[in-house]
Amino acid sequence: MKHVKTINVGTLKASVVKPGCKECANSCQSACKTSATVANLPCEHN
Amino acid sequence: MKIHKYKLFGKNIVIDVNSGAIHVVDDIVYDCLDYYENKSKDEIIEILSNKYSNEEVVEALEEIDYLVKEKMLYTEDIYKDMVINDNSPSFIKAMCLNIAHDCNLKCKYCFASEGSYEGKRSLMSAEVGKKAIDFIIKNSGYRHNIEIDLFGGEPLMNFEVIKEIIEYAKSEEKKHGKNIRFTITTNATLLNDEIIDYIDKNMGNVVLSIDGRKEVNDKIRIRYDGSGTFDSILPKIKKMVDKRDKNKQYYVRGTFTHENLDFYNDVAFLADQGFKEISIEPVVLEEDNPLSIKKEDLPVIFEQYEKIAMEIIERKKQGNEFKFYHFNIDINGGPCIYKRISGCGAGYEYVAVTPEGDIYPCHQFVGKEEFKLGNVFEGKIDEKLSNQFKNAHIYNKPKCMECWARFYCSGGCQANNYSFNGDIHKPYEIGCEMMKKRIECAIAIKVFEAMQDF
Repeated sequence: MKHVKTINVGTLKASVVKPGCKECANSCQSACKTSATVANLPCEHN
Repeated sequence: MKIHKYKLFGKNIVIDVNSGAIHVVDDIVYDCLDYYENKSKDEIIEILSNKYSNEEVVEALEEIDYLVKEKMLYTEDIYKDMVINDNSPSFIKAMCLNIAHDCNLKCKYCFASEGSYEGKRSLMSAEVGKKAIDFIIKNSGYRHNIEIDLFGGEPLMNFEVIKEIIEYAKSEEKKHGKNIRFTITTNATLLNDEIIDYIDKNMGNVVLSIDGRKEVNDKIRIRYDGSGTFDSILPKIKKMVDKRDKNKQYYVRGTFTHENLDFYNDVAFLADQGFKEISIEPVVLEEDNPLSIKKEDLPVIFEQYEKIAMEIIERKKQGNEFKFYHFNIDINGGPCIYKRISGCGAGYEYVAVTPEGDIYPCHQFVGKEEFKLGNVFEGKIDEKLSNQFKNAHIYNKPKCMECWARFYCSGGCQANNYSFNGDIHKPYEIGCEMMKKRIECAIAIKVFEAMQDF
């Protein structure tokens, strides 16, 4: 495409096939303690 | 809202909210998107005729049509039913263990009232700590990973009990087939060689509190005699980080307030000290506190986040990268949609436990009696209250449903929502604005990386 460069085709939609195992950390556990950002947690589904 | 578009660092960035797709577009597409949903092709050509030729606009619209057809733009939210119909059981698998409701510092912005949480000063006993371990193992169902944050007050004021609790946790995790990961959050004043070695060996993550530059830190992070802590803690934090097993996590974490709105300088200062994992967070205090973040501070704060993002890009070019916690968004991975739509987990996946063994939805609810979920000695929690938290997800937060950032922040901090609006379903507006700016900056960094503009 001439006018658009797609950086990412859509991780959210793709992740629907995952089982939603919830083995990943909870956002307040890492460093924030006041301002939860769920999107910066790594997926821990093996 | 189906798309979000913004300009940052010379790039036109478009996020497709529901799929998570990210595009960089030229000015013609960027302008066409203002009208694409509500105007016809001919109307858009007419509206933009003073800026672009017919051919250019037609070509841009064709590319937008293609993205729509390929479900990378203007996609629908297909996740709502998954949440509404989710009857799967919840398991508690994360815990903030308030080892000490006491502190040897008197930081001016402390939400925990110098560690006491507006109650009496107390230290957790090993008995309560062990009961808390039993509680979380019992309530974690078939979750394998359990996270426990040793928190306070200052948890190292109770170091001997920490050792006892961890020793117990290690024996119990084996028996029950669990993987318990510990984090400690400390003000670093009590770190010595023995404690540093112990933390390195036993903690998956260590959060070390320092606010940045000496003049900023020492205005706020003070002892009871009023003296600043900077000169004492910086060498200790450096020693901890130098010794840290490189496969394990650490964060050097500070707080910015209304009085250091130029917190870019604090982040840069910490990066210059050689720290690679940095988190500087906005203070959360009631509106009338002179240190609290005001709405009128937002433009300056946004500018600071942009400067931090640009600093990361620049330092990466020089091979001297550092990470800023809130910019750690993995646009090609990150948590699955199930996690993103379930919120922070407070009250039903994550709880806080006081030295007396009382259970609250998270560390920020501690001391608010109406939110007490139970006690570790009872071994169970108030299911009704827990379910209120489980159901406080984005689909039950009208403001979130209008917001493009809902799958990144997942509804924000329930405690902040309650503190500012008296309702966990009503987002804390200033927090939302800062969150959105951080996400924009985080994505812009990823765009630079993906386009290899280094």
